[in-house]
Amino acid sequence: MRFWGGLAVALVVFVGACGERDRPAGEAPDAGAPASGGTAAASAGRTLDAVRAKGFVQCGVSQGLPGFSNPDDRGNWTGIDAEFCRAVAAAIFGDAGKVKFTALSSKERFTALQSGEIDVLSRNTTFSMSRDTNLGLDFVGVNYYDGQGMMVRKNSGVASATELDGATVCTNSGTTTELNISDYFRTNQLDFDLVAFEKSDEVVAAYDAGRCDVYTTDQSGLYADRLKLQKPDEHMILPEIISKEPLGPSVRQGDAQWADIVRWTHNAMLTAEELGVTKSNVEEMLGSPNPEIRRLLGLEGAFGEGLGVSNEWAYFIVKHVGNYGEVFERTVGLGSPLQIERGLNALWTDGGLQYAPPIR
Amino acid sequence: MSMPSRESSISPAAWMRANLFATPVDGAITVIMGGIIVMIAIPVIDWALLSAIWVGSDGSQCRVEGAGACWPFVTAKFNQFIFGRFPDEEQWRVISVFVLGGGAIAWLAWPNAPAKARIAVFLLMAFPFLAALLLAGGVLGLAPVETNLWGGMLITLVVAFVGIVASLPLGVLLALGRQSELPIVRLVCVGFIEFWRAVPLVIFLFMASNMLPLFFPAGVTVDKLVRALVAVALFSSAYMAEVVRGGLQAVPKGQFEAALSLGMGYWRAMVLIVLPQALRHVLPGIVNTFIGLFKDTSLVYVIGLFDMLGVITVNLTDPVWFSAQTAATGYVFVAFIFWIFCFAMSRYSVRLEENLGQSRGANSYASLR
Repeated sequence: MRFWGGLAVALVVFVGACGERDRPAGEAPDAGAPASGGTAAASAGRTLDAVRAKGFVQCGVSQGLPGFSNPDDRGNWTGIDAEFCRAVAAAIFGDAGKVKFTALSSKERFTALQSGEIDVLSRNTTFSMSRDTNLGLDFVGVNYYDGQGMMVRKNSGVASATELDGATVCTNSGTTTELNISDYFRTNQLDFDLVAFEKSDEVVAAYDAGRCDVYTTDQSGLYADRLKLQKPDEHMILPEIISKEPLGPSVRQGDAQWADIVRWTHNAMLTAEELGVTKSNVEEMLGSPNPEIRRLLGLEGAFGEGLGVSNEWAYFIVKHVGNYGEVFERTVGLGSPLQIERGLNALWTDGGLQYAPPIR
Repeated sequence: MSMPSRESSISPAAWMRANLFATPVDGAITVIMGGIIVMIAIPVIDWALLSAIWVGSDGSQCRVEGAGACWPFVTAKFNQFIFGRFPDEEQWRVISVFVLGGGAIAWLAWPNAPAKARIAVFLLMAFPFLAALLLAGGVLGLAPVETNLWGGMLITLVVAFVGIVASLPLGVLLALGRQSELPIVRLVCVGFIEFWRAVPLVIFLFMASNMLPLFFPAGVTVDKLVRALVAVALFSSAYMAEVVRGGLQAVPKGQFEAALSLGMGYWRAMVLIVLPQALRHVLPGIVNTFIGLFKDTSLVYVIGLFDMLGVITVNLTDPVWFSAQTAATGYVFVAFIFWIFCFAMSRYSVRLEENLGQSRGANSYASLR
């Protein structure tokens, strides 16, 4: 019905007549329409109530970023960001399918969240201070620690970025990528030539044609672009990461309960991995004597109630979506074409940065 | 360029001598141009056919050295290319709309087909509502299908059709209004036309997706597709108005005055005497606007709607299908489909011009295009 309602409203607005502008605030939104508190005006609990009423989570994803949110052959959204949305839906409804995706360009993503068009923005968005404080949104965690990396040919014999003295570097012009790489080479007192291109496809083509020794962009992008080269196996990604790009989901500011739900969805996925609870063994784990696992799966305590969802929330997440490590491996990791190493995204127990506060 | 087959009385060798090698300079040009064409055609054919990969279940088959086009990518994404993410079990609705609309258009294009007027009325008046009903659903027991699931050729055709069907009547009204003697009407029409014509379509689309939602009161959202449709329809009607105005100005004033002196009113004189002549004059311009509009539909990608190009672009990010040739394959395929549609429109307009009895001079222009 949104289509017909939309058509009517659009006609009214475009013709310039007096539309529904004077609708009393506080009137319940239509069942089909996303909940909204207007700009940064969501009050506590409103988002969850509205999500429950409409029966699904509206999730903003990208217009296609390999491994993060991209359509598969059936047109279903896959990727680590899309799976995160499914996890939020599983936590609330016990059903990972109760999510609808909105593909957003990088320009419209924040407006979509502010205006209430979406409930969660899970779109490879860098968590930075200015965005967190100025845009009327709250970042609730980091589901992928990205950063700028470098790719070289294997036969160049280079094993570390510090050996790149005198190298020619290809990158995008006018981005922070260009700035970061210049800073890095200057800090390490290495000589280099910079070749910058307008579009990333041009950069990849130039690197593939041998115009430069090094290709630099965000590391997740390097893994994706490597597959577009003529001979992917002859290239390697250097271990150094020279910038901080923490990517994470965000929600509208002002609804603390909703932020908690989204934040703890991520934390539950991490905790499940840490405790060895997976999609396949979660049923057996229900019989585990380990108190941490029993708290996670809702057998002890009432942690879900505190969030405003059922106590089996984390059980549903793991059962329908999986733990963080499983999702990582099948979307961007070794179980996917991208073959990205865990690196910074390993659990803190394995030397990475992914660390969830305890559930207790 | 005329084809040898047209002059059937001349042998191919004689035709070539007359047309390609008449003088030494002609001969040299023919050889050089022929060489360039061969130099381009061989790698293209090699890429698209000979070295192309035809079967495969993912991009790894296409990640071979020296591989040409990666056609399995197109096959795997074909359903999305036509329907977007329209649910499988509801796709018959899209097919029905395609068949109904395509059938009606084919009927109109068929020379000497009966009852053309009735079909035209159906296509312009009833079909849009029927199609909207079938596609959006939510009534008569049809499951609602949200427009964010629409995509591919469906979106392209919906946007183009709405733009075309809305822009002609709106454009005619605006063109008439612009020539009106009533100052308010004239001012409004001139203002409208100049506003919509002077701002790029992309900006309207951006405004429709970025600004409008912030102006709406809480709880009211307007479907993204509807926003795009309204923007495209208004935009193209401004262009259409200027094309039609050109036609109106080409009709001698005496025609209108003669009609008035016969006792016709303004509207009857316009509809029966002036407009038929005016529209006939500018038929190539009208079709040109339609073709431009059809290609402009790709711009809806910037607001997150996936037309034919958008579907291919977004699916190029599927890591399963990554290879050096995937992107080129996808874009070539989309370009080819767009070309088929636009070329068909262009040929149809040529036929229409001939049928409408344009002068012989017009025919020779048509054969040049």
